[in-house]
Amino acid sequence: MAILECKNLSKRYGKKTALESVNLSIEPGRVVGLLGPNGSGKTTLIKLINGLLTPSAGEVLIGGQKPGPLTKAAVAYLPDRDYLADWMTVQQQIRLFQDFYPDFDADKAMEMLLRLNVDPNQKFKALSKGTREKVQLILVMSRKAQLYLLDEPIGGVDPATRDYILDTIIRNYNPEAAVVISTHLIADVEQVLDEAIFLQNGSVLLHESVDDIRETRGMSVDRYFREVFKC
Amino acid sequence: MEWNFRGDQPIYSQLIQRIKQGIVSGELPPGGRLPSVRDLAMEAGVNPNTMQRALQELEREGMVFSQRTAGRFVTEDVRLIEGAKRAFAQEHIRAFLEGMHKLGYGREEILSLLQEEKEEEHGNSGM
Repeated sequence: MAILECKNLSKRYGKKTALESVNLSIEPGRVVGLLGPNGSGKTTLIKLINGLLTPSAGEVLIGGQKPGPLTKAAVAYLPDRDYLADWMTVQQQIRLFQDFYPDFDADKAMEMLLRLNVDPNQKFKALSKGTREKVQLILVMSRKAQLYLLDEPIGGVDPATRDYILDTIIRNYNPEAAVVISTHLIADVEQVLDEAIFLQNGSVLLHESVDDIRETRGMSVDRYFREVFKC
Repeated sequence: MEWNFRGDQPIYSQLIQRIKQGIVSGELPPGGRLPSVRDLAMEAGVNPNTMQRALQELEREGMVFSQRTAGRFVTEDVRLIEGAKRAFAQEHIRAFLEGMHKLGYGREEILSLLQEEKEEEHGNSGM
């Protein structure tokens, strides 16, 4: 059964349409790229899936359920900006995640942090931007969720940090869970993706397997994307 | 192993070629045990499902085989490996000939150039 389903999902802000009749189905074990230019509706879609926004029309189902407390327990979300209290130490954040999420594996998080040489007693605000991104990803990936929603996890970090982040996503691959990664940095992620979704002006333009795109178009997803979204 | 991918081909078919190259070059010796799908995927920086698909295809071709509990191994069939090596060689030769034809060289000229190259190599190694 699909872990995530969107049926005729639409979102309007006043007169402006952010998403228009989106139909999607994502199976467990898939790593899916949500790809589109700025303003195409990526973040709106992610926020509808995790229940931070409510649809104007249509519905979202996670494991057959509408977003609510039950689905929040099954969805691990990495927002596109810093979301942790910056006065807390890394250790305190771990405890917070432990309190909030029964599926959080503190030992796993600790092990990943130590491998990164992050001092758990350091305050979040004392960390570099790259390290903050890594710590936030580690916390999210240390949950045993059914659906991981990663909003721009590799935006604005250096190439080595990017590699670390993609490596962490592969390392934590779980055939029973799906991972959705939103980004416009396609060349960097396409090797770790099973499927690509192109969003354009709030509509799904394409939803195909990455290797099918390469096979039928004879070019990388990145190049194909540039062709489709040529300004 | 070094992993580099071209944009104009599916990733799984490039994984198949890369692992085969490893086998024919002896980097992955006959009968040797392969790392797990996840470890190979991490090493190559690719999606584990894509790596799995490549390994299944290699299994169908007989280049690798699974033992239910022990994992995956490189074939011990030396003739099969030799055949794959020959196929790679033919591919190189075809690409080489195509390049030479584009430069305007004919068959005889190519052969004499190769002969010259061989003599030069001999000369150098004799010094």
